[in-house]
Amino acid sequence: MLVRAVDQVNKAAVEMCGITKRFQVSGRGLRRRPPVEKLALDHVSLEVATGEITGVLGANGSGKSTLIRVLATLLTPDEGKASVFGYDVVRQAAAVRRHINRVSVEAAFFKEMSPWENILYAARLYGSGGAGTRTRVEAVLDRLELPRETLDRPMKQLSRGQQQKVAIARSFLTSPSLLLMDEPTTGLDPRSRREVQDLVNVVRAERAATVLLSTHDLAEAEALCDRVVILDEGRVLAEGTPQDLCREYATDGQPATLEDVFLRVSGKRLEEDVEEEEAGS
Amino acid sequence: MIANSFRWEANAFIGFVERQRNLYRRYWAWEAVWLLYSLVTVLSIGYLASGLSTLGLEPSGVSLRDAQLFLLIGALLWTYLSMVFFEIAFAVTWERWEGTIEYTFMAPVRRITHLLGICAFSLAYGIARAAMIGLVVVPLFKLDLSHANWLSALLIFAAATLPLLGLGIFTAILPLLSPEKGEQMAFAVQGILLLLSGVYYPITVLPLPLHLAGLLSPLTYTLSAVRDALLHGASPSNVLPSAAILLAMGLVLVPASVWCFNRAEARAKRLGLLKRSG
Ligand SMILES: Nc1ncnc2c1ncn2[C@@H]1O[C@H](COP(=O)(O)OP(=O)(O)O)[C@@H](O)[C@H]1O
Ligand SMILES: [Mg+2]
Repeated sequence: MLVRAVDQVNKAAVEMCGITKRFQVSGRGLRRRPPVEKLALDHVSLEVATGEITGVLGANGSGKSTLIRVLATLLTPDEGKASVFGYDVVRQAAAVRRHINRVSVEAAFFKEMSPWENILYAARLYGSGGAGTRTRVEAVLDRLELPRETLDRPMKQLSRGQQQKVAIARSFLTSPSLLLMDEPTTGLDPRSRREVQDLVNVVRAERAATVLLSTHDLAEAEALCDRVVILDEGRVLAEGTPQDLCREYATDGQPATLEDVFLRVSGKRLEEDVEEEEAGS
Repeated sequence: MIANSFRWEANAFIGFVERQRNLYRRYWAWEAVWLLYSLVTVLSIGYLASGLSTLGLEPSGVSLRDAQLFLLIGALLWTYLSMVFFEIAFAVTWERWEGTIEYTFMAPVRRITHLLGICAFSLAYGIARAAMIGLVVVPLFKLDLSHANWLSALLIFAAATLPLLGLGIFTAILPLLSPEKGEQMAFAVQGILLLLSGVYYPITVLPLPLHLAGLLSPLTYTLSAVRDALLHGASPSNVLPSAAILLAMGLVLVPASVWCFNRAEARAKRLGLLKRSG
């Protein structure tokens, strides 16, 4: 036990080496087109240091969710190796699962069930759920400033922001060593977004867990992350602390912004891409 | 170590049962409608039997009461079997609808615990609903169960559980293989079971190929043995061969279905079929 604890301190929380993932995208509709191959991750290598918050920054479709799903044992990579606290995500998936949890863009809940029933279900799957769970859940919800009475109402009656907070509460309660957050603030109103960001900062301040957070929001990456990995079309284009990246890509002695960095390495603007996607949907 | 991991899985098992219970409680209006629907189906089969005499079709040899008992026992059993089958078969589909599938599949829990949790709840719930329908139907049609050998019926009922779970788990795999068409397939499987298993007729009336296929369905043995027990008072030793066949089928079907489920899950993770949005 002790050996493993020491092990974990020395080891990176996440190690990825040459991870590649392709999808067969079949043509839909009446006129079936032959399936085309989509390269979602292209030899991605990265490390996440224990206790840090690492941001994966990329436009829509750049492969952020795919990367997170590989670590969450929800997708099997085609090539490469990835490990979480030294456990291989393919061969030792069960051990990986005990150490992780994930918060996704859409709060995935049984919509007719209450937050309490949803959280209790999650607690049971992660080895708790007995006496005292209710008190712990209430304590976490208080901290997230969710009114107590929301705890027993059907999930579908909660606002998007409230649902996302419950999702975060759910993941906290299972005490993951690695928390995977896939665009946790996307689609939230500005106020909920701030609150969720504050929460991530609390995790960071308390060094409660290692966090891998994906986002397409530059300001968010800058504000929350110790390190940033820039992902585009499935490839890692740059990585480092936001400060280092800005210094590295400085022009004429003027430090660059993270936006400049993104523009320089990917040749496109992040914001435009996002607006396009929102207009399209 | 082993005791710990057993406790862990047992706790998760409770979690699945608890979740199903909460889910159905929240969807109580739907459940009430399904119960009514099942009841109405069984009732109409009962009245169909009552109506046979007015058609001048009084079956020779067998009295009308016997025909009614034959049909109603079939209808009641089918209600129970199809309900349990469906609850299990829709385990994956339901989580797709809710969008929770990835959470359940990334939890540190063995798949067999997950599936058995769903099965346990489905069985309990199926029995409760069938009992409610039975409580209406038996007095309403004044069913004569005086010849029944309840012990034999119970024996078959218990032996039928395993293969029933196996069939349900096999069908639950379909939406893992094909997110688009898997759900519809569950209905198709149910329809085929209804046709082949002799729910409303002895399978000997089927054309030979269907008859032979019917011999492969565990429900065939369940229905005919329970009928023997309830209509003709077959003793436990009389139904023992059927019970043995059912148990043997269960001992093959359950492990095979769980194994296939795990394979299908691995395939879904390779091809990205669990979920793609987000
Ligand atoms: N399960 C899947 N099946 C097919 N294609 C997928 C699947 N998941 C992702 N993709 C494709 O892979 C690419 C990367 O997707 P994703 O990782 O979701 O990007 P992001 O999260 O950065 O928006 C996209 O082109 C997407 O359409
Ligand atoms: Mg995404």
